[in-house]
Amino acid sequence: MKLKTWKELEEGGVVRNTPTSPQYKTGDWRIKTPLFSESDCTHCLICFLYCPDSAIKVKLGKVIGIDLDYCKGCGICANVCPKGAISMKEEEI
Amino acid sequence: MKVETRKFVAKTGNEAAAFAMKQINPDVVAAYPITPSSEIVMIFSKYVADGEVDTEFIPVESEHSAISVCIGASASGARVITATSSQGLALMHEILYIASSMRLPIVMIVGNRALSGPLNIHCDHSDTMGSRDCGWIQMYCENANEVYHTIINAVRISEEANLPCMVMMDGFIVTHGMEKVFVLEDEEVKSFIGKRKPLYSLLDVEKPITLGSLTLFDYYLEYKRNQLEGVIKAKKIINDVFEEYRARFGINVPSFVEEYNIEDAEIVVVVMSSAAGTFKEVVDELRNKGEKVGVLRLKVMRPFPYEILREKLTNVKVVGVMDRAETFSTMGGPLSIELRAALYPLSKRPLVQSFVFGLGGREFGIEDAMKVFDILKDIGMKNKITEEYIYIGLRE
Repeated sequence: MKLKTWKELEEGGVVRNTPTSPQYKTGDWRIKTPLFSESDCTHCLICFLYCPDSAIKVKLGKVIGIDLDYCKGCGICANVCPKGAISMKEEEI
Repeated sequence: MKVETRKFVAKTGNEAAAFAMKQINPDVVAAYPITPSSEIVMIFSKYVADGEVDTEFIPVESEHSAISVCIGASASGARVITATSSQGLALMHEILYIASSMRLPIVMIVGNRALSGPLNIHCDHSDTMGSRDCGWIQMYCENANEVYHTIINAVRISEEANLPCMVMMDGFIVTHGMEKVFVLEDEEVKSFIGKRKPLYSLLDVEKPITLGSLTLFDYYLEYKRNQLEGVIKAKKIINDVFEEYRARFGINVPSFVEEYNIEDAEIVVVVMSSAAGTFKEVVDELRNKGEKVGVLRLKVMRPFPYEILREKLTNVKVVGVMDRAETFSTMGGPLSIELRAALYPLSKRPLVQSFVFGLGGREFGIEDAMKVFDILKDIGMKNKITEEYIYIGLRE
């Protein structure tokens, strides 16, 4: 990326068009990835309630997967799932 | 002079400042009381309580919070004023840099008072001299009348330059001294200051912005150079705003410096704030005896008007610089160091003697000012400076 010169900087260090939180993809911090098993899921939505990053994707009251753009791999969903429908797998590097 | 036909009132410096604030009718005032400037906000809070202004008045729990509130309000696009002194200003110190680097106009009125320790409540300039490198504009006023007019100008200057601006007056000497103040009509003030046009507003949800973001080695240097440009450009703004004010209202309020009998002067004293009045009195006396002496009162310390000082002092034989603050550099006060640095590139430059005076409110009278001129005359005759700097009024 080409860095700006001092003359190109806006006064007061204002950053315009700044991304709001959905635009910051924070999922790359993850070292463990949740694996979702659709056949074991009863769609109780406990994982959805507990996920601290709203990374459980839900459509029409049913879990449809995990949003890996934001999931940080904390494993809470796997821990709270009463059916063992989510398991944590080491990220492959 | 048009000024003679103007309405005048008797006001102390603090009263004059509060009255200017009332006419300015700022959107937000946040402050914490401290001697000797407490009265400014005390009087202003009465205007708020009586419904004479539309200001959101925010009494806070410390000066650190006061300046932080001012920053938040100014970033939202509001017109903001605060007041403080001494320890209060010192407590604001870290936040002062943030206000200037975010290019936020704020007007701060300061009643100059010595810093602890030892504890003291009287006048010297150690408080604001300690803040002179914070990126704020600094204007030191001689008397209550100048305080009043300078605050009104400071609103325009601060908002046009997008820089915070301090307006100083000497603690007790001016803050509590009753003087003749020529005042403008409310409408005149309103039309002169107009409406603020902010660079940006935090409250503009249509255009979200990030402010005060982390800036490391890849951008900090460029950022500071960019900020400096704003201070350089402020010089023209200061000049133009005061010029417009003088032309419109016929009030002779100086912009950068006030010259007093310096055209043909061989000896000139450079001094700030209220002590200039004492020197002018002595200059009158010496001029009557035919001595070529003058006073150059420096009003604006930041940005430092070195161009003007070079031009005005190049042909002078001996210059005495009066500092009402000690820097412990062991080579003089802040003004004398900067003045000598400003004159150094000149091929023809005067002998410059540094003086320190009036610390902690020590009285500075006619006989003290006379003694300064005696020392300078002696230097002129010997064509040599023998002492690095001299404390005036010191018990030896």
